[in-house]
Amino acid sequence: MPTINRWFVKASLICLVLGLLTGIWQQIPSLVIPALFPVFLHLLTIGWLTQLIFGIALWMFPVYSKAEPRGPEWLGWGIFLTLNAGLFLRVIFEPLQAISPSILGGWMLVTSAILQGLAGVGFVFSVWTRVRGR
Amino acid sequence: MPKLTRFFIRAALIYLLLGFTTGALLLANEGIPFAPQLWALLPNHIEFLFIGWLTQLALGVAFWILPRFGSLTPRGDERWSWAAFVLVNLGMIVSIVSAYVGFPWLGIGASLIQFGGFLLFLIGNWQRIYPPKWLKAAK
Ligand code: HEM
Repeated sequence: MPTINRWFVKASLICLVLGLLTGIWQQIPSLVIPALFPVFLHLLTIGWLTQLIFGIALWMFPVYSKAEPRGPEWLGWGIFLTLNAGLFLRVIFEPLQAISPSILGGWMLVTSAILQGLAGVGFVFSVWTRVRGR
Repeated sequence: MPKLTRFFIRAALIYLLLGFTTGALLLANEGIPFAPQLWALLPNHIEFLFIGWLTQLALGVAFWILPRFGSLTPRGDERWSWAAFVLVNLGMIVSIVSAYVGFPWLGIGASLIQFGGFLLFLIGNWQRIYPPKWLKAAK
C-alpha cells in the first residue's frame, strides 16, 4: 500500500479509537462536558468511516493515468491534511466554544468548516474521473 | 466497474459534496453565527451523508465486488439493483422537498420509497453472497 494510503488508513483507525473513547467519556456523568456528542459522532463518521473510504478509494479505484496511477500526489496529501486539520480543530474547539465562547474559538470553527469542505471537494475532484470501467 | 456501480458512486460523490457543504455551513454558523435559519439544514445534512454518501457508496461497491455467477449474467438480474438505484435517489429527492413543504406524510413517503429501494437491492443480490467453490467441495 502506498505511503499516503497508509496514512489515511492509520489516521482513520486512530479516529475510531478516539471516537470510541469519547463515546465512553460522554457516559461518565461526573466527567461529562458539553458538545461531546457531535465530537463523538463526527470522529466516527468523518474521521473513521469517511477517511477510511477516502484512503481505500484513492488506492483501489481504476487508475487515473499511466504516469500518475492515483492522480497527483499533492492532491492526495492536500485532502489528508485538510480533513485531519479540520476535524482536529472541531474536536478541540466545539466543546471549548460550548464551555466558554470566544471570537477566536468561533473563527477556529469557521476554519475547521472550510478545511473539511475543501477535503470533500478535493476528494470528489480527484476520484470523479476514476469512477469508470477498466 | 459496471455501469450501475458508476451511477451509485457518482451519486454518492454528489451527496458527499452536498453533505459536506451543509455540514460546513452549520459548523461555520455555530462558530460565528451569521444565519440562524441554517439550522433547518440539519435533517438534510444527516440524510445526505448517511444515505446519500455512505450507504449509496456501499451499495455501489457491493454490486461491483460481490461474488459473480460464472454465466452470461454475472450479477444476476441487474434490474433489481437498477430499480434500487432509482428508488433510493427518488426517495432522497422527495425527502429534500419534504423538509421545505409542511406536509408530514411526504417525509414518511420518502423513507418508504428508500426502504423499498434497499429491499430490491437485497432481493437482487442475495444469491450472490455464496461461499467459494473450494469450500463447498471440501464440505
Ligand atoms: C459522513 C460524514 C458525516 C455524517 C454521517 C454526519 C452526521 C451528522 C449527524 C447525524 C448530525 C446530528 C447530530 C445531532 O443531532 O446532535 C450531525 C450534525 C452536525 N454535523 Fe455532521 N456529519 C458528517 C460530516 C460533517 C462534516 C464534514 C461537517 C462539517 C464540515 C459536519 C458538521 C455538522 C454540524 C455543525 C452539526 C450540528 C450538530 C452540532 O454540532 O451540535 N458534519 N452530523
